[in-house]
Amino acid sequence: MSLDPPPLCRSPRWTQKLFDTPLNSLLSVVFLMAIVPGITAVLIWATTQAQWSVLAANVKLFLVGRYPVEWLWRLRIAVALLALVGGMAWGSVQRPQQPWQPLRNRSFLIGVAVAVGIAVMPMVLVAKLSLMLPILLVLLGDGLGRNLPLLRWLPLLGVVSGASLLWLIRGGLGLQQVATANWGGLLLTLFTAAVSLVLSFPLGVLLAFGRQSSLPVLRLTSTIYIEVLRGLPLIGVLFMALVMLPLLLPPDWTRPDPLIAATLGLAMTAAAYLAEVVRGGLQAIPRGQLEAARALGLHPVLTIALVLLPQALRLVLPALAGEAITLFKTTTLLSVFGFMELLGISSSVLANPDFIGRHAEVYLFIGAIYWAFCYLISRVSQSLENRLLDSR
Amino acid sequence: MLKKVTHLLRCKISRSSPLVAGAIVMLSGVMSCAAANQQQTSTAPSSPIRQLDRVKQRGQLICGTSGKVPGFSFVDPQGQYSGLDVDICRAVAVAVLNDSNKVEFRQLGATQRFTSIQTGSIDVISQMVTVTISRQAAVGVAFGPIVLYDGQGIMVKQRSGITDLASLSGKSICVQTGSTTELNLADQFRKRNIPYQPVVFESRDATFTAYEQGRCDAVTTDRSGLVAQRSKLANPTEHVIFADVLSKEPLAPGVKGGDHQWHSILTWTVNALIQAEEYGITSQNVDQIAASSQDPDVRRFLGVEGNIGDGLGLSHDFARRVIKQVGNYAEIYDRNLGADSPLQIERGPNQLWTKGGLLYSPPFR
Repeated sequence: MSLDPPPLCRSPRWTQKLFDTPLNSLLSVVFLMAIVPGITAVLIWATTQAQWSVLAANVKLFLVGRYPVEWLWRLRIAVALLALVGGMAWGSVQRPQQPWQPLRNRSFLIGVAVAVGIAVMPMVLVAKLSLMLPILLVLLGDGLGRNLPLLRWLPLLGVVSGASLLWLIRGGLGLQQVATANWGGLLLTLFTAAVSLVLSFPLGVLLAFGRQSSLPVLRLTSTIYIEVLRGLPLIGVLFMALVMLPLLLPPDWTRPDPLIAATLGLAMTAAAYLAEVVRGGLQAIPRGQLEAARALGLHPVLTIALVLLPQALRLVLPALAGEAITLFKTTTLLSVFGFMELLGISSSVLANPDFIGRHAEVYLFIGAIYWAFCYLISRVSQSLENRLLDSR
Repeated sequence: MLKKVTHLLRCKISRSSPLVAGAIVMLSGVMSCAAANQQQTSTAPSSPIRQLDRVKQRGQLICGTSGKVPGFSFVDPQGQYSGLDVDICRAVAVAVLNDSNKVEFRQLGATQRFTSIQTGSIDVISQMVTVTISRQAAVGVAFGPIVLYDGQGIMVKQRSGITDLASLSGKSICVQTGSTTELNLADQFRKRNIPYQPVVFESRDATFTAYEQGRCDAVTTDRSGLVAQRSKLANPTEHVIFADVLSKEPLAPGVKGGDHQWHSILTWTVNALIQAEEYGITSQNVDQIAASSQDPDVRRFLGVEGNIGDGLGLSHDFARRVIKQVGNYAEIYDRNLGADSPLQIERGPNQLWTKGGLLYSPPFR
């Protein structure tokens, strides 16, 4: 007897889903009645009462804060580089397509649609170009990444582009230095989030192994570190780094740059959380894997690098993305300490007598920015998951 | 090699208990702390580098400011700091470095502002700081002259029929939490034995939005803040601010205590702004007056004769340069809070003593 494949079920239309039984119809009507007035009220407010000029007038502040205008071209190059490398990384972790079919690729089409949308929007030409160019570069990088064997070069590419980004933003080595006090807006938010994430990752992995180590000192230190930093509120850690540390250092020592102190504080706390996530992954790996590696005579370091870590990280990828999103949003705490990241610069803009009372517009805008970047992180993590499931 | 070391470590440690290891870590921490403290006490007296020299050497004045208060300190769309607090810093920068743009502004949270001045990571604090005895004595801030006499006020809707503090009995009042505002409100109403209901909010925006939407009958904050927020309400004329003042809020810039010369520079720079208004010297006419005036007081003040700046380590014409680049007190007030600003706040007690106000500069001689 041959087994028939189960009948393919077409997913029902949304009207059928919402109104298939009397109870469902009732629930749908009730919820629609609750949602529709809210949405219309927001739309009416956004089109008639809101004064969006506060955003147009201060768009530079929201994006880069008080970064000097004469050096903005450096940031433009940095964005272009980031877009190209980001596109390449994205492209090279996608499933290889044979042959490359851009017109069948959804993210490619979305990118083109957004670029066309920007092209027809009523904006200054420079603004149009500076928005469109990164999108086109992402698409170009995506194409390159899919067609060239870039995957093994990604770490090197990441290090080189990271260093050049830092050089472009901060200056030095032939470029005019820009003091960190002048960094602001989205630039500062992205910088602190990215740098603390990059720093916290290796530390977190080390701590995860440290906590499982058979050496008592290592295990004890790692455990104490993780438990102390996870137990402290982050605002307390930042307070220690930014307020208490300058008081406790000997008076003739130079004080650390507040931005470095804050980023390290963020990274150290994030590392404690990451360590526990990674440890969860490590404990989920069957013991046989480790024993097999030992039986083959694999060096312990190679066992970690080739056997344990790749499997553990693959297992906890969704949780890692969650930590990254949390860290990105946690950077708003820096505004309490006078940093002009997105939230901080917003209150400085709102203190302008010309824009008093425009907080709804401003907070809605920066809320949308936070959402967009968190969604991006989540999409990237999903795409990585798909790719890693394939390769298993 | 590595294996050997780790093995050795393992043997050593596993014999002693983890407690011992923990104790060693803690002990070394305490010792390094103690060493740091020792260093602190030993180097503190032997550092006679004056703040003035430090600023001149750096070529830039570092000024702590809030960056978040309308009319006092905010960032304009061009990315420039602007406001009354900011102009005080610019005046000091002109006096010391002869350039109102040689200032690096650092935004400080309320928790950081005093530690920043104590550790010397900023040269001047100009952040709407209310002068109080504990701040001068315990925190060690040396305040300059008072640049704004503010006071806590109360605003109500005109049609509510509330006219004075007594008629607020049993009403609800919106107030921002964690501020002296909240404490003053409690003190004043307790003193007068008037029952009221505080409605507390985290931010100024939330406080005023709640008042506008009618969640409370009255709202309280500094009078300058009330006037600023009232100008942005839908119908400003429908709201009245009481004449009663709940507290004294004298706002002044400050420096770290202990450097007499640096404190004098701040003091006399601010005094010069007030004195210039009294003399009728503005940024427009300062050069002309310097060239034509025969008044010996004015000639000394502008450095045409005499050497008033020398004792401070400044040039003898520092007042003239400050007025030329930043303006006198009236110009600063008008463009940030007064007639030329969107806020339109009356001078009130911030008039010259000759016009019935409280501003009074000691003589320049």
